[in-house]
Amino acid sequence: MQKKVFVQGLILAAVLIVPLLLNYIGHPFYLDLATRLCILAIAAVGLNLILGYGGMISFGHAAYLGLGAYAVGIPAHHWLYGGMDAIATTNGFVQFGLALLVSGIFALLTGLICLKVKGVYFIMITMAFAQMVYYLFISIAEYGGDDGLVIDTRSEFPLVNFDDATQLFTICAVSLFFVMWLVWRISKSQFGMVLAGIKGNEQRMIAMGYNTFAYKLAAYVISGMICGFSGALLGNFTTFISPEMIDWARSGELMFMVILGGVATTFGPLLGAITFIILEEVLSTMTIYWHLPFGLLLIGVVMFVKGGLSALIPKAGDKE
Amino acid sequence: MDYTLFVIQLLNGLQLGILLFLVASGLTLVFGILDFVNLAHGSVYMLGAFVCASLTFALGNFVYALLISLPIVAVIGYGFECLIARPLYERDHLDHVLGTFGAILVIDTLAHMIWGPAGIAIPLPAALDGQTQLAPGIVVPTFRLAIITAGLIAAAGLYWLVNHTRTGMLIRAGASNRTMVTALGVDIQALFSFVFAIGAALAGLAGMLIAPITEASLGMGNNIIITAFVVIIVGGIGSMKGAFLAALLIGMIDTLGRAFLDDILKLFMSSSAAENSAPAISSMSIYLIMALILFFRPQGLFPPKLR
Repeated sequence: MQKKVFVQGLILAAVLIVPLLLNYIGHPFYLDLATRLCILAIAAVGLNLILGYGGMISFGHAAYLGLGAYAVGIPAHHWLYGGMDAIATTNGFVQFGLALLVSGIFALLTGLICLKVKGVYFIMITMAFAQMVYYLFISIAEYGGDDGLVIDTRSEFPLVNFDDATQLFTICAVSLFFVMWLVWRISKSQFGMVLAGIKGNEQRMIAMGYNTFAYKLAAYVISGMICGFSGALLGNFTTFISPEMIDWARSGELMFMVILGGVATTFGPLLGAITFIILEEVLSTMTIYWHLPFGLLLIGVVMFVKGGLSALIPKAGDKE
Repeated sequence: MDYTLFVIQLLNGLQLGILLFLVASGLTLVFGILDFVNLAHGSVYMLGAFVCASLTFALGNFVYALLISLPIVAVIGYGFECLIARPLYERDHLDHVLGTFGAILVIDTLAHMIWGPAGIAIPLPAALDGQTQLAPGIVVPTFRLAIITAGLIAAAGLYWLVNHTRTGMLIRAGASNRTMVTALGVDIQALFSFVFAIGAALAGLAGMLIAPITEASLGMGNNIIITAFVVIIVGGIGSMKGAFLAALLIGMIDTLGRAFLDDILKLFMSSSAAENSAPAISSMSIYLIMALILFFRPQGLFPPKLR
């Protein structure tokens, strides 16, 4: 137990300190990489709440990343170019609040419909809703349509400056730790226990008197809001959003991170995101055909690695 | 509304519907019988287009190229079944989705390596390249009629195969009770491979037929596979008839929506608002229909009778 906590602490410290050190000695590139990693890891942690702990296979979580990013981009766009005075602002609290609100409402409305169905139908209907968001943003010419929207100014918060790469990274890393802690707390709470029970056997939970639909819906909304938050950070990091971020392939990549790291574990999504980002970076600098080894690896992981990376490194996972 | 334009758009909708059916039929067969979610089915559609393009240039004739491409694509489908699908049958849907998602990356990159990043246009033989007059004032490209005819022939062949042959009987039996069919001494594995190869050939045929119009390009499969999934869910997973009718429905809605929705919306909103919202609504319409159907009738419009 002592050793496990030590390894986990080491991983977290490495995620926070190594990029800052590399940046300090003159490699700002790694800071950028780590910022992207933390942001995607937040989304993976959010997805893991329903996919891992709840057994709901959402194939449309990239939509929440997109909604979060547009919730930053659209107010900033109007603040600079006029129109829609009600939301035209660069205030970070408003933008992030909007991101959480919009993704929460979208998750609530689509969840009401999606959670009525199971299995492959659930996979496909979540994907369908994500495609709707994708086509919605493609068709809004005001926000760049197909070409995407450049976010000319980042969110403004008191005390921190998102234009400073070090500060932005620190915020993302700390947010990641907070979200990991949050999902860990949820999974250990009574709510999380019921969720695990539903994943195991929903009929039994219904027989025990639980309103399983409400539990699943609540988890679905929380998961969507976490991904919306991650999207708002992503918008601030890339300062550019395009409908391509909502494409179903992005949703697939998020799922891959969770599976790669290990579902229903606290550190799984983080390990998955680390591996994903590093592989993507290494392979894509080696060859333009990097999708080939990447795809083979994905197939290999699905076929041969049960329980993901955190199962391969038993001390790092948090399953007893 | 212009009558000529309407008829032409109706034919375009029919053409899209038939191509969708060719892709969706393999998907629904594999899903209905094997309970296997195959995202990489769209990549076979793309491979069909590329293989046919290469053979057209090698042989100098599109029709011969198409006939030779069909068995090639079927063999590719068989290989895919052996290597990727077979180890995953016993797993859950999540593993199917991820494994075949990986297969998409691999196949797309291989196609990228072999055929390069640019699309390949396929030249048509003179007999198919012209225009045909259907009725006074209605002139359509001959090749579009050829697509519709070829697609209908393939659909009829599939109907005959599934409903009037011994193999088809076993396929239907396998769909309703796999264990029982195995117990009766049928080599279910060979049957599965056969179904996979047939599905691949049909999807490949759709790719070959559309390639002279849109050209063979990377990523073409990833656009149609999602629509094909919409089709099989709307039609009822595992149902041939459902896939056929839903494919026509989705093809019509998509085509007519794109063509006429702005005119319809202009009847009750300002013309600029109509022009802004029409593309969004028509792109989203098929997903909207799928969501509505899943909500009110989760088993689809025409669910297979024996489950």
